[in-house]
Amino acid sequence: MAAFESLSNRLQNVFSKLKGKGKVSEADVNDAMREVRLALLEADVNFKVVKDFIAKVKEKAIGLDVSKSFTPGMVIIDIVNKELTELMGGTQAKLAKANKPPTVIMMVGLQGAGKTTTSGKLAKLLQKGNHKPLLVACDIYRPAAIKQLQVLGEQIGAPVFSLGDKTSPVEIAKAGLQHAKDNGNDYIIFDTAGRLHIDEELMDELKRIHEHVKPDEVLLVVDAMTGQDAVNVAQSFHDQLELSGVVLTKLDGDTRGGAALSVKAVTGRPIKFAAMGEKIDSLEPFHPERMASRILGMGDMLSLIEKAQAGIDADKAAEMERKMRTAEFTFDDFLDQMEQVRKLGPLDQIMDMLPGMNKMKGGMKDLKVDEKQIGRIEAIVRSMTKEEKQKPELLNHSRRKRVAAGSGTTIVEVNRLIKQFDDMRRMMKQFSSMMGPKGPKGGKKGLKGMLGRKMKFPF
Amino acid sequence: MSFFKKLKESIASKTEAVTNVFKEGLAKTRTAFVEKVEELITRRKKIDEEFYEELEEILIGADVGVNTVMKLIDELRAEVKKRKIEEAADLQPVLSEKLVELLKGDDHAELRMAPTGQITVILFVGVNGVGKTTTIGKLAHKFKSEGKSVLMAAGDTFRAGAIEQLEVWGQRVGVDVIKQSSGADPAAVMFDAVQAAKQRKVDVLLCDTAGRLQNKSNLMEELNKIFRVIQRELPEAPHEVLLVLDATTGQNALSQAKLFGEKSGVTGLVLTKLDGTAKGGIVVAIRNELNLPVKLVGLGEKMGDLQTFDSEQFVHALFAGLISRETEEQPPAAN
Repeated sequence: MAAFESLSNRLQNVFSKLKGKGKVSEADVNDAMREVRLALLEADVNFKVVKDFIAKVKEKAIGLDVSKSFTPGMVIIDIVNKELTELMGGTQAKLAKANKPPTVIMMVGLQGAGKTTTSGKLAKLLQKGNHKPLLVACDIYRPAAIKQLQVLGEQIGAPVFSLGDKTSPVEIAKAGLQHAKDNGNDYIIFDTAGRLHIDEELMDELKRIHEHVKPDEVLLVVDAMTGQDAVNVAQSFHDQLELSGVVLTKLDGDTRGGAALSVKAVTGRPIKFAAMGEKIDSLEPFHPERMASRILGMGDMLSLIEKAQAGIDADKAAEMERKMRTAEFTFDDFLDQMEQVRKLGPLDQIMDMLPGMNKMKGGMKDLKVDEKQIGRIEAIVRSMTKEEKQKPELLNHSRRKRVAAGSGTTIVEVNRLIKQFDDMRRMMKQFSSMMGPKGPKGGKKGLKGMLGRKMKFPF
Repeated sequence: MSFFKKLKESIASKTEAVTNVFKEGLAKTRTAFVEKVEELITRRKKIDEEFYEELEEILIGADVGVNTVMKLIDELRAEVKKRKIEEAADLQPVLSEKLVELLKGDDHAELRMAPTGQITVILFVGVNGVGKTTTIGKLAHKFKSEGKSVLMAAGDTFRAGAIEQLEVWGQRVGVDVIKQSSGADPAAVMFDAVQAAKQRKVDVLLCDTAGRLQNKSNLMEELNKIFRVIQRELPEAPHEVLLVLDATTGQNALSQAKLFGEKSGVTGLVLTKLDGTAKGGIVVAIRNELNLPVKLVGLGEKMGDLQTFDSEQFVHALFAGLISRETEEQPPAAN
C-alpha cells in the first residue's frame, strides 16, 4: 500500500538540504511545491484542482520571506493549510431554512454514496434541534431501499412517507410535500435513488422532482473515498440541479478525502456535513480546517479536542488536572479518567485522530487497542483496597498477589499495570508543566512527544 | 507481431456483444484518456519536465495509483535516456508498451470453483455502498442461468433493510436466502448457511457481508470470524473471497485491498459501477502492488450486467486509440 508520508515529513526532507543556506530560492520553493502536489494527489484531490491550487500557493510562498524562519517547511505548510481551508469554505455553512415551513431538502448522489443513511442521520440531527422532520422515500429502484429508510425512521422516531415502489418518484415527492404540510413537519427530507450523473433518464426524473417540490437545499452526497472522478460527478449534478451544498460520507475511514476539495472547487458549494460513523447520530458539521490537515496527512487534533470537551466533565477535568500537576493522581482517578476517555468513543477512533497515529498503528501490532484489555485493567484496579488505590506505594508483593487473584489476572499483569501507572504519573507531571504558561503550543508538542516516545498508555 | 496486433486478433475472436458492453462501459474513459495522451504528444514536441508532469496528471486522472504512476514515469525517463529519445512522438510506442505491461499479468479471471458435486462458497467483502448485495444478486442470476443450484446467505445483519434487499434479489432470480433476524451474529448466519447448503446439496453458496470500513478493527475481526467459521465447516471453502470495489474509489482502494486481504484472505476483485465516467484505474495499482486480479466487473443496473473480467478487453477499451493507431501503421511496415 502506498505508505502515505505526511506532508510535514516530506517538506522536512526538502528543506533539510537547505539548512545553513540562509536563503530559500525559487527553485527550493518549486521543490517544495512538488511535494505538496504529490501529497494532494495522493489524497485524491483532482489533478486540475491541484494545479490551480499549487499556482496560488506558489505565488504566496515566493512573496513571503521564508528564509527568515527556522523551519521553512512549517511556513509552507502553514500557507498550504490556510489556502486549503479557505478553498474548502472558510467557515462552516449552516443548513438553509425556508421562510415558510416546511424547509425542503433533497438528497442526491451516486449509488452507494450513503444517501439513505445520511437522510436518517440528518433527520436525527434536526430532531436534536427540536425540529419535526419528515422522511420521504423516493428510491423505488433499489430493492428494500424504502424498507431501509423505514427502519431508520423507526430507530429515531421520525415519520417516513412512502407510496411503495410502484408509484413514480415525482408523484411520491408531491404527495410527501402535502403530507408534511398537513402534519406540521417543519423539515422534509427527500431520499432519492442513487444514479449515475450521465444517466439522462434518471437525472431528468430528479429535475422533475426538483420542479415540483422547489427545494431549499439540494445536497449532493459524496463518498469521501471518491477518486479523481469526483469532479465530473459534482459538476454534472451541479449543472443539472443547482446544488446548494455537499455532504461528505464515510469520513471515519482512513481515506484522506481529497474529494472534498475537488467537489468544493468545481461546484463552489459548501460542504455542510460530514458523516463520521455507523451510528445514527454520527453526522457532524463539516470543519474545513480539520479537513485541510487531514488531506495533508496531519491528523485531526482539533476534532479530538472538541470531542474531549463535549464528552468530558469540565469540573472533573479541572480537578484531574490539578491532581496531575501535584502528582496526587491515584488509581481512583485513574479509573475515573478511563471512564472519561471511553466516553469519547471507541479507542481506535480516537487514535485515528492523532497525527501520525494511523501509520503507527499499522506498524505496531501491540498498539491494537483492545477494549477487553481495558476491562481487565479495570478489574485489577477494582480489586485493590481503598487504601491501595489512594497510595499505590502500599502495593507490595503479597498485596499484588492478592489483587491478581481477585481480578482473575496474573501477577505479571498487575506488575505491568503498576509500572505503567507510575510512568504515567511521571509523564503527566512533565506534561502538565508544559501545559503551563507556555500555552497550548508547547503542550501539543509535549503530547506528541509523549505519545511518540513509547506510547506507554497503560491500555 | 506486435503485442497490440495479437491483442486485436484475440479480441476479434471474442463475441462482439461482450466487447461492446466493455467498450460502451468504458467509452468515456477511453476517449478522455487517449485523446489527452495524443494531444500531449502533439502539443509538446520536446520531452521535458513539464511533459512528464502532464503525463503524470493524465495517468493520475484515471485514478491509477500515485505510486504506480511515479514508477512508470521513472521507467520512462530511464528508457528515454537509454534510447536517447528526444521527440515526444517517438515516446508513444514506449509508453504504450509500458501501459500495457501494467495491466497485463497472469490471467486468473475465472472464478475458482469446487469440483463438480461439491459446494463452491464465495464470500463477498468490501466497504459500505460498493454494491456487494447487488453483485451477489447478479452473480446468483448468472449461476442460475448456467443451470446451477444457488443459495444466498444474508450476512449483512447490520444495515437497515439489507436482508430485505437480498431477499428481493432472491425472489427475482428464484434463489433461497438463508437469514436470521437483523442484528444477529453474521458468523452464525454463515454457519446456518453452510449447513443448509450441505443439506440441500447446492452447487454454489454466495455469502453477503455487511459493508465495513477497513480501519475498524472490531468489524474486521468480525469478518475474520466469518471467514474462520466457513473454513471450519467446509475446509476447502471459501473458494473465493471477492473484494467489491467501487470504480469511483480513489487511492483508498489500495488500503481496502490490503486490509481486507489481511483479514479475510481476498482472492480477487469485483469492480462495480464501471458504467459511469470513473476509470477504475486503481485496479492497475492494486494488481501491481498486491497482485490481486479483477474477476468480475459490474457494467450497469440490469441483472445481466455482470461480466467476467477480461484484462485484454480492459486494455483494449482503455487504450483503444493507441492500439488502432499502431496497427494502422503496422501493415505498410510489414509489406
